[in-house]
Amino acid sequence: MIQALSGQLLLGLINGSFYALLSLGLAIIFGLLDVVNFAHGAQYMLGAFLAWMGLTYLGIGYWWALFLSPLLVGVLGLVIERVFLRRLQGLDNLYGLLLTFGLALVIEGLFHHAFGNSGSPYPVPELLRGGFDLGFMYLPKYRAWVVVVSLVVSIGSWFVIEKTRVGAYLRAGTENPKLLQAFGVNVPVMFMLTYGFGVALAAFAGVMAAPIYQVTPMMGSSVIMVVFAVVVIGGMGSILGSVVTGIGVGLIEGLTKFVWPEAASVVVFVLMAVVLLVRPAGLFGRQK
Amino acid sequence: MNGSPVGAPVLRIRDLQAFYGESHVLHGIDLEVEEGQVVTLLGRNGSGRTSTLKAILGLVGRRTGSIQVRGQETLSMAPHRIARLGVGYCPEERGIFASLSTEENLLLLPRTGDAGLSVEEIYAMFPNLLERRKSQGTRLSGGEQQMLAMARILRTGATILLLDEITEGLAPVIVQALGRVVRQLKDRGYTIVLVEQNFRFAAPLADRHHLLEHGRVVDTIEAGQLAGRMESLQEFLGV
Repeated sequence: MIQALSGQLLLGLINGSFYALLSLGLAIIFGLLDVVNFAHGAQYMLGAFLAWMGLTYLGIGYWWALFLSPLLVGVLGLVIERVFLRRLQGLDNLYGLLLTFGLALVIEGLFHHAFGNSGSPYPVPELLRGGFDLGFMYLPKYRAWVVVVSLVVSIGSWFVIEKTRVGAYLRAGTENPKLLQAFGVNVPVMFMLTYGFGVALAAFAGVMAAPIYQVTPMMGSSVIMVVFAVVVIGGMGSILGSVVTGIGVGLIEGLTKFVWPEAASVVVFVLMAVVLLVRPAGLFGRQK
Repeated sequence: MNGSPVGAPVLRIRDLQAFYGESHVLHGIDLEVEEGQVVTLLGRNGSGRTSTLKAILGLVGRRTGSIQVRGQETLSMAPHRIARLGVGYCPEERGIFASLSTEENLLLLPRTGDAGLSVEEIYAMFPNLLERRKSQGTRLSGGEQQMLAMARILRTGATILLLDEITEGLAPVIVQALGRVVRQLKDRGYTIVLVEQNFRFAAPLADRHHLLEHGRVVDTIEAGQLAGRMESLQEFLGV
């Protein structure tokens, strides 16, 4: 009984860690650029796939992939911002949403064409094999690693944004980018780097996910719907909100799987509907 | 200050037209401000005073004509490049960032020249800001926010200041304090363009007044001619 419950809660915590990492990137991008980045799932998938391709074709291991894959996808993000998104500035944010949605379809379509539907396994790195016996349950090392790392990255990002000078630029730009630019800050470059960082964060989550879930072209589109619900529940653009909500939603999913398994996949959306009714700006969002 | 020849205009605007989308807000502004001068832009609401300041910074939709800052044409420059020529801006709504503390607001703006005041000098000039440096920027009183908006552009080293309605809605004692600040800045050689409703505030500070109507400069009054022109000026401003 307790074993089954804690097993589901651990699974929820793992899922929640990925929700947190992904919604964090979405929130940062939305906050500054006012772009609803629908390509986030595809960029997460790209991160996982680059890790898998690196290992399969070039023999590049997990630890290097954890660094290189976000770097490459981040650079791709810089290009996407410079070539496409910058042209949409000043237009309704529906345009950015449609553009990134289209990009996601193209990226996922290409990978689907090249690699088919079936998943490829990615081995857990040697250092993180095995696990700990906690008495009431068995905790695989890799899963503990995922939870710890995503917490560190989330708290680290929060700290940088709230407490440092770089973060002050980001917060000021989120409030009023035009004025910030009139004060002498190169806001267009800030936009580009922020998109690149948010996208790199998605790829990082992808590499972290590769040993847990199957690496498939569609792995992003299945997770991204939940992540968008997380962002709506937490409040669009709220950094802290997206992290707390991400982990919370994961746990609630896990709990639901234990008490009423059939409802587990819809509970997030029910929660979203309720939050929208009671607090339209989200739990941590500021009412505009 | 920045090596421009004495008496050469630091700001020279020729036939400036500006647009917000379809609406045409400036219809050929001509304006010259020399090093160290304080000038005002006077006019009723909608006459194009604020739009002129915004157009100088590239914050309007589209501009034609010519705007030279220290001899450099800025019409095709991005706003951050214009600011880095030493142009400091204090917007009408003050532009204090709510998600930043007072001190973060103060330190946010990048330095654009060597002439900037140090943080110590600024806190000596505005002691309230030191006391409240950890407070959220928008928790300050209106007067303190205005001091903060001024202080942060003084830190950057900008020597051409565009100040939009800095006395609006403030208590008389604060307005007097702001007057002293502008006077000090003038003595230090700053070039200042004031958009002001409060003529009693602006009159003793300015070297010249430019009257705007329908997006054009329709008249210019030197400080020395002011006494003889008071009546027509009051009629123009509708006070």
